[in-house]
Amino acid sequence: MVADPSLLISARGLCAAYAQREVLHAIDLQVRSGEIVTLIGPNGAGKSTLVRLVLGLLAPSAGQLWVKPRLTIGYMPQRLKLDESLPLTVGCFLGLSGVNDRSRLADAAAELGIAHLLLQPMAGLSGGETQRVLLARALVRQPQLLVLDEPVQGVDVSGQAELYALISRIRDRLQCGVLMVSHDLHLVMESTDTVLCINQHLCCSGHPEAISQHPAYLELFGANAVRGLAVYTHHHNHRHDLHGNVIEERRAGDG
Amino acid sequence: MDEFIILALLAGAGTALVAGPLGSFIVWRRMAYFGDTMAHSALLGVALGLLLQMDLNLAVGLVAVAVALLLLWMQKRWQVGLDSLLGIIAHGSLSLGLVAIAFIEDVRIDLMAYLFGDILAVTLTDLLLIWGGGLIALLTLWRIWRPLLALTVHEELAQVEGVAVERLRFVFMLLVALVIAVSMKIIGVLLITSLMIIPAAAARRFSRTPVQMALTASLIALLAVALGLAGSLWWDTPAGPSIVVAATLLFISSRSIPASA
Repeated sequence: MVADPSLLISARGLCAAYAQREVLHAIDLQVRSGEIVTLIGPNGAGKSTLVRLVLGLLAPSAGQLWVKPRLTIGYMPQRLKLDESLPLTVGCFLGLSGVNDRSRLADAAAELGIAHLLLQPMAGLSGGETQRVLLARALVRQPQLLVLDEPVQGVDVSGQAELYALISRIRDRLQCGVLMVSHDLHLVMESTDTVLCINQHLCCSGHPEAISQHPAYLELFGANAVRGLAVYTHHHNHRHDLHGNVIEERRAGDG
Repeated sequence: MDEFIILALLAGAGTALVAGPLGSFIVWRRMAYFGDTMAHSALLGVALGLLLQMDLNLAVGLVAVAVALLLLWMQKRWQVGLDSLLGIIAHGSLSLGLVAIAFIEDVRIDLMAYLFGDILAVTLTDLLLIWGGGLIALLTLWRIWRPLLALTVHEELAQVEGVAVERLRFVFMLLVALVIAVSMKIIGVLLITSLMIIPAAAARRFSRTPVQMALTASLIALLAVALGLAGSLWWDTPAGPSIVVAATLLFISSRSIPASA
């Protein structure tokens, strides 16, 4: 039925409803291996709902969703609310993925720069560290598709760019597809192939450069979108890593 | 030492060992009142068992599972908050059990023994039942440990990773029902969940990992059983409540010892 072997997910006319109230209408979505697809839209636009549909956590009220058979999905949820009564180290948390291969856990921890945190309690992590641990948990499964719900939430702006660059590198290495949710088009522009702008329905979709000029996008985000562009284009002579340390700026084309 | 004390100690130890890990999960999953409700319904199980002349432990286990299923079903269908539902079912089933027992005229039973336990009257059969049931519960818990913990930490993430969420929830409920059914005689239906929750809560401060907390909880529960029994013999107080008092004192003193994070 599906001719394209790189196709991981294909949705057509997907709708979702909570208590008979439609929250998503007629969404078309495709994700291929090696492709980064970003969902953007205002709060309450249904981005997380679309993610839940793709993950099979919610049944669509109408439309078709095709998922490649035996697809391994690495999922990074938006929030992790840990009960205070549960003592949990970072290492324990990664082990909950069901992957017992210690070298794979160590590799994922090293790639995300959290190897030094493995014995630390989850409760003491900063926002940026928590996001990296969540991403590591998604990675240890060696996924064919990464689904990231607001991966930079709670991370400061320079850390956000770093995290997006990391996601790009992971995509290059694993050749996996990536479906992620973001608030800000201009931060993800560099590291995304396709943007879907949704506000309960599909407003527009396409290449990020084209989307940023699209009337439907500008109407949805208004003046803020243009201000966002200004933030995106100004450059510092140094950056901070997730711990706030200054890192040397690399020359263009490097890394 | 007298034989009945040794039997009591061994029975209490069996309950304490399984109460540690199971109680830890009850605490982590915030199911303290859920467990309480299942335990309260045990008296209805006793009444039904006597009426139908079937094995009391089996009747108690079956009723506990039925009540838990009813609770899950009502929670989905009815617009009533979970805490209210638990209050209604816990006290409703307890009272129904008391009323039903009053109707059984030809059987004279010691109600206090079911409500608060009668550990000093434990027989060898009871002991085998406690250790057999406890061992089954521990082995099952050991087998489902990782997925159950994953489910407790983040349900949707676990589901995406392939954990059979609904089935595990049900298995966990069965385990709680099993432990209530076999250890009812130790400290009674009104107090049984306290032996699961209090040691686990006390163990939290000394644990950095879930496994550490489960094992520490078992040790604290063992200590509570030993201290409670000793106190009960020394001051001639009821054994079940004495064990719970000992556990509570251990919990309070755990707050004054420096934590390990």
